[in-house]
Parts: sequence; C-alpha cells; structure tokens
Amino acid sequence: MTENKEYKVVGTRPIRHDGVDKVTGRALYGADFQIAGLLHGRVLRSPHAHARILSIDTSRAEALPGVKGVVTAQDLPSAEDRIADLGEGAVNLKHLCDNILASDKVLYTGHAVAAVAATSPHIAEEACKLIDVEYEVLSPVLEVRQAMEPDAPLLHETLKTTSMGETADEPSNVASHIQHTLGDPEKGFAEADIIIERDFVTGTVHQGYIEPHNATAHFNQDGHLTIWCSTQGAFTVREQVAEILQYPISKIKVVPMEIGGGFGGKISVYIKPVAALLAKKTGKPVKVLMNRTDVFEGTGPTPASYIRVKMGATKAGKITAAEAYLAFEGGAYPGSPVGPGAMCIFAPYSIENVIIDGYDVVVNKPKTAPYRAPGAPNAAFGSETVIDELAEKLGIDPLEFRLINGAKEGDRRADGPVHPRIGFIETVETAKAHPHYTAPNGKKHHGRGIASGYWFNIGLESSVTINVNADGTINLIEGSTDIGGTRASIAMQAAEVLGIPAESVNPSVVDTNSVGYTAVTGGSRTTYATGYAAYEAAQDVKRKMIERAAKLWEVDVSNVQFEDGLFSSINGKEEQISFRDLCGQLSQTGGPVVGSGTVNPGGAGGAYATHVVDLMVDEETGKVEILRYTAVQDAGKAIHPSYVEGQIQGGAVQGIGWALNEEYIYNAEGTMTNASFLDYRMPTCLDLPMIDAVIVEVPNPGHPYGVRGVGEVPIVPPMAAIANAIYDAIGIRMTELPMSPDRLLKAMGKI
Amino acid sequence: MRDFAYITANTVSEAVTLLDEKGQSARILAGGTDLIVQVREARRDVDWMIDIKSIPEVNVLDYNADTGLTLGAAVECYKIYAVDEICDAYPGLVDATKIIGGTAIQGRAAVGGNLCNASPAADCIPPLIVLNASCVIAGPNGARELPVEQFCTGPGQTAFDNGEMLVSLKIPAPANNSSSFYLRFIPRNEMDIAVVGAGASVTLDDAKQTIVSARIALGAVAPTPLFAEEASALLAGREVSDAAIDEAAQAAQSIARPISDMRGTAEQRTHLVGVLTRRALNGAIQRIRDAA
Amino acid sequence: MARKSHVQTTINGETVEFLCESRQSLLEVLRDELHLTGAKEGCNNGNCGACSVILDGRLVNSCLVLGVETEGKSVETIEGLAEPDKLHPIQDAFLENAALQCGICTPGFIMSAKALLDQNPNPTEHEIRYWLAGNLCRCTGYDKIVRAVLDAAAAK
Repeated sequence: MTENKEYKVVGTRPIRHDGVDKVTGRALYGADFQIAGLLHGRVLRSPHAHARILSIDTSRAEALPGVKGVVTAQDLPSAEDRIADLGEGAVNLKHLCDNILASDKVLYTGHAVAAVAATSPHIAEEACKLIDVEYEVLSPVLEVRQAMEPDAPLLHETLKTTSMGETADEPSNVASHIQHTLGDPEKGFAEADIIIERDFVTGTVHQGYIEPHNATAHFNQDGHLTIWCSTQGAFTVREQVAEILQYPISKIKVVPMEIGGGFGGKISVYIKPVAALLAKKTGKPVKVLMNRTDVFEGTGPTPASYIRVKMGATKAGKITAAEAYLAFEGGAYPGSPVGPGAMCIFAPYSIENVIIDGYDVVVNKPKTAPYRAPGAPNAAFGSETVIDELAEKLGIDPLEFRLINGAKEGDRRADGPVHPRIGFIETVETAKAHPHYTAPNGKKHHGRGIASGYWFNIGLESSVTINVNADGTINLIEGSTDIGGTRASIAMQAAEVLGIPAESVNPSVVDTNSVGYTAVTGGSRTTYATGYAAYEAAQDVKRKMIERAAKLWEVDVSNVQFEDGLFSSINGKEEQISFRDLCGQLSQTGGPVVGSGTVNPGGAGGAYATHVVDLMVDEETGKVEILRYTAVQDAGKAIHPSYVEGQIQGGAVQGIGWALNEEYIYNAEGTMTNASFLDYRMPTCLDLPMIDAVIVEVPNPGHPYGVRGVGEVPIVPPMAAIANAIYDAIGIRMTELPMSPDRLLKAMGKI
Repeated sequence: MRDFAYITANTVSEAVTLLDEKGQSARILAGGTDLIVQVREARRDVDWMIDIKSIPEVNVLDYNADTGLTLGAAVECYKIYAVDEICDAYPGLVDATKIIGGTAIQGRAAVGGNLCNASPAADCIPPLIVLNASCVIAGPNGARELPVEQFCTGPGQTAFDNGEMLVSLKIPAPANNSSSFYLRFIPRNEMDIAVVGAGASVTLDDAKQTIVSARIALGAVAPTPLFAEEASALLAGREVSDAAIDEAAQAAQSIARPISDMRGTAEQRTHLVGVLTRRALNGAIQRIRDAA
Repeated sequence: MARKSHVQTTINGETVEFLCESRQSLLEVLRDELHLTGAKEGCNNGNCGACSVILDGRLVNSCLVLGVETEGKSVETIEGLAEPDKLHPIQDAFLENAALQCGICTPGFIMSAKALLDQNPNPTEHEIRYWLAGNLCRCTGYDKIVRAVLDAAAAK
C-alpha cells in the first residue's frame, strides 16, 4: 500500500468516534428505541406466491383484547400508476404502495397484506392469525426465462415492455429491454481467432444484514409525524413515506437510529409507512419489527439472473468483440439492477466492439433491492469466467490477459462514458506481484482462480454543518447514517483541512430536521460525497476563521494564511495563532463560527478490484474450502485504511457466500424453504481464512483527497474467481450459482 | 408466540404426574434450544412447559470404566466434552456434542433433548446407537429401558407413552480395542443441520487387524435415524480393508431412504451415505490404532 | 391476557427483579423490561449469536432462554463488561483492530469472546474461529474480529 505522507490525518487509523458506544452496547439501533405508551405492530404476510385478494376481514383480530388497531391497503391513499422520483430513480407509485400493503393481488410469499398494533408483540402476532383473508390462488412464475415465455402467468395485467423508447401493445412480464452497442460486434467476432460463448445462471441472494428492519412512528396531535428507524437514508425514508402517505415532507421527521447493516437493502421502505399508518390509527407510538423470516420473504434480495456471454479474441490475446445477454428478475415489480449490470459487465476491458442486451423481468419473488454493486456481480460471474476460459485456451496467464486488454483513462465504456483516470491496471499489476500469486499451487484438487470487477460509484447530494467549539474542537453534523465507520472517515477529512486531530471532531448523524439534504449511505458514496461536503464545510470554517484572525490582528484577510493548524499573518507585523487558540477568541471576534458544505459532485471515480483465491475441492462430497484469499482494490485514497480493508474483506466474504452456498430455495408453490439463518447459509468465521486486503491508491481527480468509493466493488469478483479456481482444481467449469456441494457432485458425475 | 404456563418439576414423579395430566399439551423443557424455537415458530402447540433441570436424576453425569456412562437427560453438551474419561471412552458421542449448534447452543442443549426432539438429522442419535446406548424412561407405570435405535418412530415422534419422560441414557463401558466416530456432511463448517450423518463404532482384535464387531448408524436419510444392521454385521470377523469398508458402505447406502429438501437432494444424500460411512469406519479404526 | 411471573435474578452483579410472561425470552426481558438493549435480536432462533449473554458462567443465546428460567441465576451482559473508567481488554481490542463496522453483532461477539478467553486464555486462530462460529457478522468477513480476539488474548 502506498501511504501518502503529505497528509496528517487522512490515511491514519484513529479509533472510530462511535466505537465506545458500539462495544459497550450503549449505541441505540432502531429496535432499541423506547418511548412511553409504545404499541407493538406486526405485519400479516401472504402465504401464497401469487393470488388475488378476494376479501380481508379484520373483525376477529380487532376484537382480541390488547389490539388497538388494524390496517390494510384500504388505509393507504389511493395510488395511481404515477411515476415519482424518490432520489433512487423513478418509481411507479402504485407499485411502491402495493409493495407496502397489497391491494388487489399478492405477488410473492411474504407480501404484506395487513398489520396490527397491540399492547405486546405477542398479542399483535396472535391477532394476525385472526385476520381472515380470502385468496384466489394463481399459478406463480418463479424463474426469469419462464417468466419471459409468451404464455407465462402474468403478474401485472397492465405491464407492457418498454424497449428503447417504444412501449409494446401486449402485456408482458418483461418490464423493459435496454441495449448498449459500441463499434461493430459482427466485424469484431469475424476478426477473432477464438470465440467462447457460455450460459450462466445465478440464484436469488439476500444482503443478510444481521439487524432486521424496524420502525417506530408517532403522529403528534398537530399532524407532525416522527419515524425512528434504521435506514441507509433518512431523507429517502422521508420522501418515500411522503409519497406513499401523500403527506407533506415538512410534516415528517425521520430520526435515523444506528443501523445494523444494509448493503443496499435498507434504502427501500417496507414497514415504515405501516408503522405510520398504525400510529395514525391508534394515536399512539407504534414499533414494528420484522423477524428474520419477514426479512427474507418480505424485503428485497438481489435477483436471480440468466446471462449469456460471448467473447472473441486474437491469438495474441486481444479481445476483439464482446456480447452479453442479461435477463434479470425484478421480483414482483419492475426494477431489477440489469441497468448497472449492463454498465459494468465489460467495464474492466478496452473492447472496441460490444453489444449488450438487458431485460428487466417480473417474477413472483420479493421486489429486488440493491445489494452491494447491484447487478455487477451477476454480470461479472459470466464475463470473468469467459475471460478466464479465453486466457486458458490461448495459453496466456489470466493476469497477463487482463494487462493486455485492461481499460485505461480515455477508453469508452459500452454504455457511453469515457473513463477518467482509473486504476484497473494497477490492481492487476499488484495482484501479479503479490506473494499469493507467486506462491506454488500444485496439490491435487487444489485450485487458484482470479477475477476482476468494476463498479462505477456515485456522487449525489450531501450536506455537512460544522460548529466550532471554544476549545479548538468542532462538532460535525451530517446526514449520512454510519454503517461502517463513516463518522470517522468523514470527520477525518474535516480534521485534515483544519489541521486538528481526528479526535477533535465530534461527528453526529442527525435527523431530517437538523441537517441539509443528504442522499443515502449507498453507492459507495458516503466517504466520497459526504466526506467532500465535510471538506467544503471545513473550508468554510477555515475562511471564517481567517476573517477572525484578520480582525484580531487588524489586517486584511488576504494577509492571513493557514497552514499546519496555524494562522499567520504574512504581511505587516508577524502574528501567529493556532486554530485552537483562535477558537478561544470567537466571542471577542464576532461570535460563533459555523461552517457549512453542500455538494452534488459529478466526479465519483470508478473502482476496480482484482481477487486471487486458492481453494480445495473435496472430490467425494463436492465441498469447497477456501484456503487463501487476496483482494486487491483501487481505493483512490484510503481515508481510514482499516475501514477500507474492512469493506474489502466484508465484500469479498459476501461474495464467497454467494459463490458457494447462499440462495433462496423455493418449493413448487413459490414459498422459500430456507428463510432462516440456519438454512440460508452465510459464511461463519470457521468457513474462512484471513482475507488479505491490498489497497492500491490511484487518486480520483474528482475528489480533493482522491477518494473513490470502496464499499461495492469487492463483491464483484469473488464468484468468478472461485469458479475459475474450481476449474483449476478439478477441470470443470461451473456456470450456475451457488456452486454448492450437490451441484459440484453433479458436475463431477458423482451423482 | 402463543402463551403457555411454565412449571418447574423437582422430582421425576412430579414431572411424570404433570405430563400424564396434561397430555399432548405438555412438553419437557431441558435446554430448550429446539422446543422454544418450535413453539415460537408455531411448529408445536404447547400449553405447559415442564422444566426438569431441578431434578437430580436428569443431571447425573457418571462414568465408570466397568459399568459405563449414565448421562442425565438434561446434561448439556459442554459438560460431556469437558470430561477427559468420557472423551476417551466415547469419542463418537463427543464428536456430536462438539458440533451441535455453536458454542452458545452447546451451553444449553442436552444430548437427551437432542434424542427426545427425534429429528431424523439429530447429531447425537447415530453415535448413541452405535454405542449401544439405552434410554431410561420414567412413566406413570414405572420405569423401563429401551435401546436408542428403537426410540424414534418418525420425525419428531418417539416411543414415549403418555406421561413418559427420559430420565437418563446408559452407555455400556467400551470394549478393549474399540472406538467410535461420528461425522456429518454440512455445506458450511458449523451451524448447519446434517445433510447426512454417520456414526460408527468398531472393536478390533488385539492385533488391531481384524474387526471383531462394528455398528453403523445413519442420520438424515430416513424418517428416523437408522441402525444399519446388515452393514454392521457384515464387518464382523473381516480383516480391516478398503474392500470390507466399501461393502459396508454400500450396504448402508442400500437402506437409506432420503428425501430432497432445502438441505440436500436425495441423490446427494445417498451418495454421501457411502462417503461418510467409509470415513466414520476409518475414523474409528484410526482412533483404535492411534491409542497406545 | 397472559399472566406474569415474578423473577429475581442477578444481572451484571446486581440483584434484579422483574415481571414477565412465560413466553418472554431472556432476550425480550433484557431489552423490553429492563431496557438493557445491548443484546440484539438478529434471528430469534439461535443461529446468529447477536443475543449472546453469559448465564451462570456459560455462553448462551438469550433468545433461547426463557426469562422465567433465570430465577436465582446470574446473567452477564455487554453492559456489565466495562469498568466505569476503563473498557474491557476485548472491547479495546475490537476498537484498535477496527473489528466492527455496523456494530450490531459486536456485543454478541464480545460476550462470546469473553466466554472463550475466560476458559482458554491463549486460543489458536482455529480455536477462535470454531468458538465464534455461532456468531454471524455480515460486514467484516471476520478477519479483524479474529485478530482482535487474538490481540485481546495476547494482551491479557
């Protein structure tokens, strides 16, 4: 790792500011919230994957002692097929509302149908069993290719395919078709000496955050609604709830509690509007908690997909053309991440001739939600496996093959954008030089695989306010919920500007009434964009402090400079004062200093990763054991390297889980049969070696310290890296995820 | 979670009387790691939970090299593997107690509870079967003993008559030149339910070359854990060899009647029976040969 | 309505009395009745370890213990670990090693690690991984958690 010596705070590893609260159990997460008079809500969910709701009778539930209120879709304002922009892309409002509480149809097992508020969670649960729902059960469609068949059962009678601006006449489960083309693919394939074409299937997987969704809502008598909850974005909760309830944002305050993991899954709202409806109905604060089964069945996983990749290359190893067909499940409503999948699939490479087709398809599964680089891991499983096969057939080392074809500054992505300065090549070179890659790997049934990945990262709006304290410290007010140490990485950027230690910053994540608009903690944007806002707020403080020094010394501001935490006068009499001492003089020089910074930066730098994995296959059982794992990633600039490593390690391990065992398993009726942490098998620490995270720093020109987002790209390479290593171990190309023991046994011909 | 009454029984007869009175709506609570989850998830309707952990007889953990082991029904897993003599005498049972759930589960879960829960995939049952364990059962009509292989009658179903409860398990002292082994296949390395489990106990002759007797039992491949009687019998008198062990493994496979579910497919399970039976037998034999 | 029982137990060294229904788990009692919310509910069926506490010296999942079962027993929770002016060495090691991201699993891991180090002060990496396998973390990939426990053991 290249430690940049020009910074004093950036690049160091201070203790995170919220650390003590989190190791002592004092930090308050959403479910920990308590308030006098609290009622407990519980949601009744559909037992059917696809059914028409004929009637709902809540009278028996309402009569149960302790029950204070029951709500159904009837309690939601009527929603039309209207498009609303909620800061995470356009959303069809009827779909949004129907996903909160089903109105006419249930579209997946676990779809919310009604909710109860009662004096205890147990009574609310008993009451749910007393709600009588009459269903007309319909055939479910559970797989993307099946859903695309012309005679497939239709989820939405009004959904018609939009394809490049045109809308079809007949209803379909295919919500949309996108296409990106570059150059002349036909010509490119004609120039190839070798062409590989393969099909891939990936399973539905969940983010698997340990904290279930939660929300407590209260309506004041004056109509002010407060929601305490765990979320990746308090402002998007405010917007979504406002749209769903048709209620003004000025009357909604969202208080973000600490959040127990999200990975994209805690952006969409599920029970927050339900808690609000129950609070409105009962006049009491209501807390609604999901249990683990609710989380699996009732919140958005990332979709299963069918992918076909075709690539051609010359004998010298130059890729001449690439083609991809991506069909992604959107779940019950449109909105699969096929778009980002199409943006990312060939982005690590400089390819002149490309065609990519993407399809967003509805099926009877929960509406998908973002999950760490949404769409890119599915896509990369296909493309990076084909790349490996090309390199193998051409007899070229797979890292060398990537060096030959790697994308660089100025190359064009197939969906349009031209790469600014990027660090893909640097990740490959670093992996190639790493002792892991040069270590011998010759044992029987041991294999080594590599794969790369790309994620574009996003910017979006962030706001930060800094209040200067008289003792030389600052209070930093931000709106980005802290899921992985971002209080520290944001505070450090302000500290760097002001020449103060990280410990002299008190960062607070506050509610939507107390800070400027801030978009979600997601898209690998928080340290980048909110950090950028903190940098700007600190610059604002610096300017104002320079004014104070000028006033103190009775010189013009142009004669004051600030360096290494010291203000000095450069013209006239020599004066010098530390930031800390000047803070003690604020009341004498004009009163408090408050700085603010707001950004909506366009320069989010794309992130690349290259992973190397060693594994062992038990040929008798089909079980894969990960032996060694190295993840190289361009972080641009690692503000707090420990938490950058943490993101890389965590993302890689989620990818390992996705590769080997994680998937939604459905029965024929469309009900998930493994909706628990017992049978949805996420890796435990006994399944893993240490994960060697190697940070490469190719500064992002779009950020003052060169930050690139780091959270998402580490989940992109693992599936293909592991598939490639399995091939190295046993000579079989696995093309279906997860590569679970039974699938390996089948592929090896043992069963 | 449905409401229920919690009662502490202080004697076996108190517990038996309560069980007899309340019938199917009552259930014994020991470690609770299965029962509490089943009631919470509405997979079992219970109105009365009878906590037996204050009853002295269910807490007995007594090993004697001549008479064997008495294992009270509520003795937690961790207490078993903490005793060196038990680890030496019954390594197959100890294998199971170390892999049930995680550490926190092993702090509460009892071998007796694992048996009474009667899951086809229960890790403790195959080793109990191969160790010739018997159940000491108390009931309204007195006490009786039953070999463990006859205890489970279906998934979650047992040979208990109304009012009966498990007091303890008795395992005979191990023979000379004998050992046992249990393993399961799971996709992860911990925290999963067995896709297939296999236990074996083996007694060798003094030269440690010939199998005097062997017992094999299987988990998760039928409605109950299975004693693989024929597979066991065909090893008696055979020289230790890959061929003999393969034969036993094939015989074990022939009695497996697995289903496909979210934990594994029927074909996978049948295949694994062969693999795990071989590994269990070889593991037990290795332990005998490794012993001084 | 369900009847409540009176229970007296010791929590973090203090005698505590509470009323609870039979169906309330120790986890619910800690969180909802005693407002000790450091133990978390991640799965409510013993598969994630977020609710880990120490009961009479033994690590348990508090979601799998009934509140009424704790009569006369002793419970240690994350809230009782630090001294008034000083963190427990395991807590320090978690901070130094950046062994937490979202932090929801952290109290469970720390209690689990404490139970391990109380009985095995010098565990190997494998022993740590085996012992902690019942605690799920989705953020860290466990690398820094395992290092923190190794460090805490070395610091003792």
